[in-house]
This record gives sequence, structure tokens and C-alpha cells, in this order.
Amino acid sequence: MPSHIPFKDSLKDFLVEVGELSYFTGRFFKEALKPPYEFGEFIRQSYFIGYNSLPLVGITGFIMGVVFTLQTRPTLEELGAVAWMPNMIGISIIREIGPVLTALICAGKIGSGIGAELGSMRVTEQIEAMEVSGTNPFKYLVVTRVLAATFTLPILVVLGDTVSVFGSFLVENMKGAVSFHLYFNKMFEALEFGDLMPATVKSFFFGLVIGLVGCYKGYNSDKGTEGVGRAANSAVVIASLLIFLVDFLAVVMADIFYEL
Amino acid sequence: MNPVEHITSSGSTTELKSGKPVLELRNLYKSFGGNKVLNGFNLSLYEGENLVVVGKSGSGKTVMIKCIVGLVEIDNGIVNVFGRNIIGMGQEEMDELRTEIGFLFQGSALYDSMTVRENLEFPWRRHKKKMGSELSINALVHEALESVGLAHTVDMMPSELSGGMKRRIALARTLILKPKIILYDEPTSGLDPITSKEIILLMLNIQKKYNTSALIITHDMDCARVISNRMIILVDGINYAEGTFDELIQVSDPKVKAFFK
Repeated sequence: MPSHIPFKDSLKDFLVEVGELSYFTGRFFKEALKPPYEFGEFIRQSYFIGYNSLPLVGITGFIMGVVFTLQTRPTLEELGAVAWMPNMIGISIIREIGPVLTALICAGKIGSGIGAELGSMRVTEQIEAMEVSGTNPFKYLVVTRVLAATFTLPILVVLGDTVSVFGSFLVENMKGAVSFHLYFNKMFEALEFGDLMPATVKSFFFGLVIGLVGCYKGYNSDKGTEGVGRAANSAVVIASLLIFLVDFLAVVMADIFYEL
Repeated sequence: MNPVEHITSSGSTTELKSGKPVLELRNLYKSFGGNKVLNGFNLSLYEGENLVVVGKSGSGKTVMIKCIVGLVEIDNGIVNVFGRNIIGMGQEEMDELRTEIGFLFQGSALYDSMTVRENLEFPWRRHKKKMGSELSINALVHEALESVGLAHTVDMMPSELSGGMKRRIALARTLILKPKIILYDEPTSGLDPITSKEIILLMLNIQKKYNTSALIITHDMDCARVISNRMIILVDGINYAEGTFDELIQVSDPKVKAFFK
């Protein structure tokens, strides 16, 4: 029997990674609650993360709304159900597609940005320089970025959803001459509190996941420029996977909750 | 027999070597996996002294100074700073002690998202209570930048500075907290000979002005000659030889001689 089993090594690496990420998450909550609080840096990071992602989230949201409506319209026309378009768009985008797509875009933009920034700070000894000056770099760099990602992502999701629905309305207006008032009335008729609440709550968790994974990968990056690239890349891959996992759990839990 | 026993010169190493050391490493051990980097290393730094540690690349010099500020955890031994053992020290106490120790990194380690002023203010803002009122920060920044001759760079970003300027700014940043000990990790590496000389002179001026003790890690023998009161040659994780520059240059041991070629 060969002494070296690749599957065993991969499993071990995976479990080590899960353990380290869990420890990192625990440390984040511990440090976040303990004073002093870095409010200035939190505001600065919220501005960078939120403001810099606005155009990307807006453009992709608009395209998604337009494409989704254009693709669905023929089928609904065949079934004679084109009047249900605003209801369907509202529920599908606000409940599911909007938050997940915005989170995936932000995983690419914010997660990789944080991973690369902290990774290069590690490589150039800037994190160590903070430590030797008697500053807690975890609190200053990690806590502020994770909190900023957690609180700005729901705002970005709301913006993405709004632009997306507006894109859908434009298509409906051009193809079916539906008025603004009628379109949005029909859409909001279909939406309930039960549609908005889980979508908002899970957006916070998406932000938390993106911030935590980006910081974890960057903060623990290997030495060298290759390590920085790897940190940025794996931050995106792991955060994207975890977004789907969180989404799955959120949908299952919401389902159980509303059945009860 | 430990080589240091027969290579250390006979008593007259330096006039500064008196009183209690401000920094003391005793029997320091550190391994990375199977690689023993420090193998019972000893060092004493006295007040006002410039102690230079030379060794080949990868001999554990940087690991050794990182152990002093708790950036690297040691396997065994004692690290005494101002008579306090840092091993097992709590985070708050350690952060407090770190304000007494300046650290100049080999690559300068300036925060590249901050201006020069913000770089200098950063450590001060974290230790405001200890350092005094808000009003003094402008004066402190100005004084530190004046000390390194770069007062005009105050609003520049690190990316706009040359390698030598970055090293000077990093040195100014260490001065903000008024440290009593400065640890220099290869202060002249990667610099041209003229800039290296400027940095060495600057280190001497700073010692005079701020009355600091300095531990300098280098393999630049010109730097060691000019700046050292005493030298330690680190080979195989131990202090292989110890003495003044003039004493060590006369030692016939091939491992010591190799450094002076």
C-alpha cells in the first residue's frame, strides 16, 4: 500500500483550513467586542468597499434585470401569463437572484481586494510593523474590514435589486407598454414580509463571509508575491462557495420557519 | 568548547559594557521544523551601546531580533528587556513594552496607503495617553522628519519615495514613540554605497540626539566598522565570536576571517 495517499493529504489540508478559518472567525468576534474600537477605519473601509462597488453592482444588476425579462417574456407570452411578469421578477430578484448575484460580484471585487491588500501588507512586513508599534493589527485591519463588508453588502443588494427591477420595467415598458405605476404596483402586491426578511438577513451573512474569507486569506498569506496572488484567488473561490452554502442554509431555515 | 570562549577578546571590548544590560538574551533556541536556527544564542546590550550582530544570510539574525519584540515565539531561553522577561507576558504589557523598542525593518515596511505624516502619526495615535496631548503630534512629526532630513516629504505617499528615503522615513517613524532601544534589521541592504553611508551617519546622529541603545543586524562590514562598539558573529545559531571590530579582524579562525574578506 503506498505511504503517500493524495486524498488523505487533501482531506487533512481541508480540515486544517476549516479549523483555522473557524479559529479566525472566533477571534474576529472576540476582538470586535473588545475596546478600543477603530471607528475611523471602519467608516473609511465602508466607504471604500461600498462606494467602489456601486458602479459594478449597478451595471450588473441592470443587465440582469433586462436579460432576465427578455428571456422569460416569450415563455410567459406562450402561456398567456405575461401580466405576471412584475410579480415573478419581484419575487425572484428580491428573494434570491439579487442577493446571490450581488454577493458573488462582491466576492470577486471586495474579497479579492481585501485578500491582495492584506497579503501584500504581510509580505512587505507592514502588519509586523503595526505589531511592533504596539498596535493590534487584527483589530485595525481585520475587524474593520469584516464589519464594513457585513454592513455595506445589504445596502449594495438593495441597490442592485432596485436597478435590476428598473431594468426589467424598461423592457416591459418598451415591449408591453406597461406603465411605471402599474408595473411597481403589481410587483409590490406580490411581495410579502416573508420575502424581504430572509433576503436582508442573508445579505448580512454574505458580507460577513466575504470579509472574513478575504481577511483570513490575506492576513495568513505566504511570503512572496505568489502568496499574494494565491490569497486573492482563493479568497474569491472560497467566499463564492460559502455564499452558496449560506444561501442554501438560509432558504432551508426560512422554509422551516414559515411552515411552523 | 564553544568557539566564543577562545575568540572573545580579553576584557577590554568596550567602555560601554558596564552596569545592567537593557536587553539580554540567554540560551535562545528556535527551530523551524528540523532546522535549528538559534542554538543557545546569548547577547547583552548595554545602555548607549551599538551592538552589531553579523552572520551569513539565513543564519537566524532576523529571527533573533524578531524574538526580542515577540514577533517570533522562541522554543526555549530568556529574553529580558529592561529586566523584564517577555516570555509569557500579556498582550497589553507586551504592547506597552514595544513602545520602548524601535524596529527598523529591512524593507522599511511603510504603510503604503498612508502619507508620510500618517505613517508617523499612526503609532503615536495608538499610544496617545502615554505620549501626551494632541498638540504635540505636529511638533513630534516635524522633529522626527527633521532628524532624518526629510521634512519636505510630510505629505508625500511612500510610493513617491526612493529606497533610501523610505528607510529614513521608517527610522523617523520609530523615533515618534521615543524608544530607548532601536533594533535595525539590515539597515543598509539594497542601498547604494553613498546612501548606505548617509544612513549609517544618521544612525549615529540619532543615537547621540536621542540617547538610544542599538542592536544592528547586518552583513555590511563597512556599516559594522563605523557604527559598532562591539560585535557578535553568529554562526550555526550560537555567538561564534565576540569583540570589537578591530579585535575580530585580527582573529585567525577561518569562519571569522571569512566575514572580513
